[in-house]
Amino acid sequence: MITTQTEFRTALLDPTSPPPEGVRNPDGVQATKRFDVYRNNVAVSLTDALGAAFPVVAKLVGDDFFRAMAGVYLRAHPPSSPVMMFYGEEMPEFLAGFGPAQSVPYLPDIARLELALRHSYHASDATPIAADALAQIAPDSLPQVTFTFAPSVYLIPSRYPLQSIWAANTSGGDIAKVAQPALVTRPEFDPMVDALTQEQAAVTQALIGGQPLGQALQNGGAGFDLGPLLGLILSRNALISLKT
Amino acid sequence: MLDATRQPSLPNRPGVGYKAQHFNDIMKDAGPVGWLEIHAENYMGMGGRPLAQLRHLSEQFPFSVHGVGLSIGGEGRLDADHLARLKTLCDWLNPASFSEHLAWSTHESAFLNDLLPLPYTAATVTRVADHIDEVQSVLGRQMLLENPSSYLAFAESDMSETDFLSEIVTRTGCGLLLDVNNVFVSATNLGYSPQGYIDDYPLDAVKEIHLGGHDADEDETGAPLLIDSHGAEVVDPVWALLDYTLAKSGPKPLLIEWDTDVPEWAVLVEETRRADTALSVLA
Repeated sequence: MITTQTEFRTALLDPTSPPPEGVRNPDGVQATKRFDVYRNNVAVSLTDALGAAFPVVAKLVGDDFFRAMAGVYLRAHPPSSPVMMFYGEEMPEFLAGFGPAQSVPYLPDIARLELALRHSYHASDATPIAADALAQIAPDSLPQVTFTFAPSVYLIPSRYPLQSIWAANTSGGDIAKVAQPALVTRPEFDPMVDALTQEQAAVTQALIGGQPLGQALQNGGAGFDLGPLLGLILSRNALISLKT
Repeated sequence: MLDATRQPSLPNRPGVGYKAQHFNDIMKDAGPVGWLEIHAENYMGMGGRPLAQLRHLSEQFPFSVHGVGLSIGGEGRLDADHLARLKTLCDWLNPASFSEHLAWSTHESAFLNDLLPLPYTAATVTRVADHIDEVQSVLGRQMLLENPSSYLAFAESDMSETDFLSEIVTRTGCGLLLDVNNVFVSATNLGYSPQGYIDDYPLDAVKEIHLGGHDADEDETGAPLLIDSHGAEVVDPVWALLDYTLAKSGPKPLLIEWDTDVPEWAVLVEETRRADTALSVLA
């Protein structure tokens, strides 16, 4: 009696199906509890991996809810690669469509932020531009300047106070009353999360997309003050080159 | 078949599975630890702290790269992208050893994050040997194959695990990573003698030994069911099995594997002292 890996895998992921017929206890009887060891290893290890990957999502919904939800997720989206550091890429869309999670409408944005933190942590190393690099450019050339951001930089748009929800659930603090898109940067090895205004996020998005500074600024609306955004980006080592 | 005579090897000393939280402790005082092992898949990012730590540590310690995701026993083809990532890591780090498991974990592109069991048959020998040939050819180095922890048997198996491993070594020229905790767990679970397993095992091919902890349970009939956890101290019967093995094999590189509920560095150092003692009584 041959046990195929298709049969083994199907039974592993479906706790209601019987174990494959060809698996045995040492006395030759068909294995049940022994097969459950593998079932349990798969479900628990993937659930734990998701818990480690999305700690703030787990905190917001509570551990019992999270583990039950992870059980649904891991069967719908088992890892597609053995590189588990990026497991959970479909979590934002999954949460957006997961009925029982609809009472926490910002969960998908939190999941996007937590994915970005992991990608940032493992991103390529890059050397930031010198602090005075921008000052070396003639003022009338500034509108034509384009920026290259470090590979560890991610912008997470949101209409919720994303940064302060995340911060309140990691280090504490109050939750803001306004939208806070989040800018993820990695000054050295530890990713950081900063709050942007909607206008700053629009300008940053345009700059990341390669628009020249003058054109990107128009996304910020009338009276946009570039100073604070530029100061933040430079202090986080987020820029790796300038071009005029 | 690969010429195994000119391959690098780990020192016959204790090593530990490296965890990032121990970086500063190791740099300050590594105790008897003579080499470090990493799980390959945790170092497949593009940069950042994990690779920076490896760069520092590899200046001081020989490394073992231990893969947990290649699915060498899989029915399908090996994942070429994953093999390429392993090659990138090995070419960059130039470890003293690369090892993987006698198990499968990926089927039809779903990775199940566990080391799943194989029936021991001629067909499985052929498949595993072909995959090992491919790995050794792509990496340009010998690999070591680790014996699994088994919780069940297959009706179709018609050879012993030790005969299976001997055949794989003969066909591919690979080395072996002997996990004595896995031997103890499998022997207890499947009702054979762990010493008898060591007697039948091709010890000449062993280039690394693993030691780890396990949990104890029972199956539905009340028979013992040990579960490999890598989350506790090595138990006395496993240390005794190590002594039994080393008396026959001579000194080998010994790894303390502790992957879940990772303790503070001092606890790992205590375990490596015990491994060091097991080696020093041979001298």
